[in-house]
Amino acid sequence: MNEVPHLSLHVPEPAVRPGGQPDFSTVKIAKAGAVPRPAVDVAPEDIRDLAYSIIRVLNRDGEAVGPWAGLLSDEELLTGLRNMMKLRAFDARMLMAQRQGKTSFYMQHLGEEAVSSAFRKALNKGDMNFPTYRQAGLLIADDYPMVEMMNQIYSNEADPLRGRQLPIMYSSKEHGFFTISGNLATQYVQAVGWAMASAIKNDTKIAAAWIGDGSTAESDFHSALVFASTYKAPVILNIVNNQWAISTFQGIARGGSGTFAARGLGFGIPALRVDGNDYLAVYAVAKWAADRARQNLGPTLIEYVTYRVGAHSTSDDPSAYRPKTESEAWPLGDPVLRLKKHLIVRGVWSEERHVQAEAEILDEVIQAQKQAESHGTLHAGGKPSVRDLFEGVYADMPAHIRRQRQKAGF
Amino acid sequence: MARMTMIEAVRSAMDVSMGRDDNVVVFGEDVGYFGGVFRATQGLQAKYGKTRCFDAPINESGILGTAIGMAAYGLKPCVEIQFADYMYPAYDQITQEAARIRYRSNGDFTCPIVVRMPTGGGIFGGQTHSQSPEALFTHVCGLKVIVPSNPYDAKGLLIAAIEDPDPVMFLEPKRLYNGPFDGHHEKPVTPWSKHDLGEVPEGHYTIPIGKAEIRRPGDAVTVVAYGTMVHVALAAAEETGIDAEVIDLRSLLPLDLDTIVQSVKKTGRCVVVHEATLTSGFGGEVVSLVQEHCFYHLEAPMVRVTGWDTPYPHAQEWDYFPGPARVGRALKEVMEG
Ligand SMILES: Cc1ncc(C[n+]2csc(CCOP(=O)(O)OP(=O)(O)O)c2C)c(N)n1
Ligand SMILES: [Mg+2]
Repeated sequence: MNEVPHLSLHVPEPAVRPGGQPDFSTVKIAKAGAVPRPAVDVAPEDIRDLAYSIIRVLNRDGEAVGPWAGLLSDEELLTGLRNMMKLRAFDARMLMAQRQGKTSFYMQHLGEEAVSSAFRKALNKGDMNFPTYRQAGLLIADDYPMVEMMNQIYSNEADPLRGRQLPIMYSSKEHGFFTISGNLATQYVQAVGWAMASAIKNDTKIAAAWIGDGSTAESDFHSALVFASTYKAPVILNIVNNQWAISTFQGIARGGSGTFAARGLGFGIPALRVDGNDYLAVYAVAKWAADRARQNLGPTLIEYVTYRVGAHSTSDDPSAYRPKTESEAWPLGDPVLRLKKHLIVRGVWSEERHVQAEAEILDEVIQAQKQAESHGTLHAGGKPSVRDLFEGVYADMPAHIRRQRQKAGF
Repeated sequence: MARMTMIEAVRSAMDVSMGRDDNVVVFGEDVGYFGGVFRATQGLQAKYGKTRCFDAPINESGILGTAIGMAAYGLKPCVEIQFADYMYPAYDQITQEAARIRYRSNGDFTCPIVVRMPTGGGIFGGQTHSQSPEALFTHVCGLKVIVPSNPYDAKGLLIAAIEDPDPVMFLEPKRLYNGPFDGHHEKPVTPWSKHDLGEVPEGHYTIPIGKAEIRRPGDAVTVVAYGTMVHVALAAAEETGIDAEVIDLRSLLPLDLDTIVQSVKKTGRCVVVHEATLTSGFGGEVVSLVQEHCFYHLEAPMVRVTGWDTPYPHAQEWDYFPGPARVGRALKEVMEG
């Protein structure tokens, strides 16, 4: 008689917890330049490997190598560096402003600056991003005024969203930045719909969907993949794998799949994995996907491998669930330092110029902050009107809301 | 007896239930190792192991769907939805599945699950960390809906919910986690340790689901409230000097109609208060029932004080929140009416 084995539940665990030694030895990292660059009309089944590797351009010595290198000029790279530095300085000031009680909440990008900053370069005016809360680099790299972002963060009298939205939930159609939702993953599938609309209207615009590693578990993520696959929608499906979803390590969302990129394979969607801390690699891969979409070849899934260096948000303390020094052990380094080094190696940048640029950028951010604060902060100075809370629920205010507004005394 | 915050009381309820019954399992986003973003499940994984308290993928319909499957097997899942605002992806599983499994299988299968979720505003959480969706559940037959207003009730009701044979939505007003917040946001909240209802037995006890509690006896007007609004109503009664009888519903479904009817028959006046939006809110149900059962005793039109019919705003949070001033005005209005 055969004995029937007893079952047990598998619950994945991260390699280390607080108190342990950070260990990323299981993270396999391809050598810079090692991954081939296929033609954009390649058959998805011919590049399945790319969903399991990591496309990298910058090597340890700061050189740009391999088939994905050579796409950006000195000027473009210097602008890229400035954009990332700006985002970092912006984050630092806004984090401080939140601590000083000038706003209720903030979320930073520390360590992930390359992803949104470099991606923006691959899009054209008129294309549309459906971002999460961790892609403000899309706005900064598109020269959206920082002061407007701050007005939104402060919910002040000049807030373009009139105090209605949580800080950092920006919106700008003009800058190709769809209004951010607090509900995760909902917008992933909306990006596919936007892209389908562009195809229906025989337009030339493409869409970009954004999601975090943790949120790929949502049903809407899978809905997006099936619609994108079926209609070959001109959309770039971005997954920012920063290893953590608040306290939950990426293994809980990824499950038995080798990588997040591999999720695309079952849908016949070409899937690439890229070093998210390598500005050049992010741009090269984003450009490849954008070219595919524009040539009506359909969707591309991209997984950006990066690390969330900071806390999830100002409401979070990561030392409760991961080793404090884990970010230092992260093998893909810091995106700003890596691009800086590359530009120095290229002979177009120096330590001195970097220090000077830092000071200039800080000054620019502080000037914007002063200007924003002249319009008020969350609890002091100019505020949006209470009337604003009743407006914009509908195009025309129905009688019942008007009655309520009057009852409120406005 | 121990002094507990509402979070500690909720945690203690799960702890006691897990200790008594191996079939109780707890899961949700960030609830395992970390113990939940509000720390309600802190220490439970360490104590009961990671197959009884674990992190879920960020997929609310998945959390509900698997909970229903576990319940069908015979477990008693008590799951957390990180914010009530994030239950919508799970709405199909809750309303068309959990709520109807007993009915459609004629009791062959049942669904003894508890869905905990922090609810309500007052933390500058904006439109997706502030909602009060209780009426979306009370509109569904087959669900029970609980909103506690203090640590003592939270623990007794949560244990009762876990032991209940049917699905229970358990909405925890997050503004009450640390103290009896009465709407005076400019003042620090008194901690639960200084409040009688922060006195909580450490062991097992239950509070029957479907029984309201009179928090303040009075003769002038009946105020029907639940959750945070109980404390707002008490403050309004105090500040207006109107002798209001404040009823804390505790359970919206089933509803303790007797307590409401008895009170309104005595006072002849009724104000219903909730933080959720007005139109098709739970207040409409209460007002209809009072009209049906107390019409000949009413001396003034009933009044509802609620959140406005807009999304919950960020900056104008305190203009949205139905605080003691607005409740006080309604009390005066019904007294003059
Ligand atoms: C539908 C929904 N469920 C839960 C949440 C709460 N929540 C906010 S952010 C977050 C973690 C998201 O992690 P990830 O997708 O990896 O993005 P990251 O924050 O790392 O950029 C959770 C669970 C939410 N906002 N929406
Ligand atoms: Mg993440």
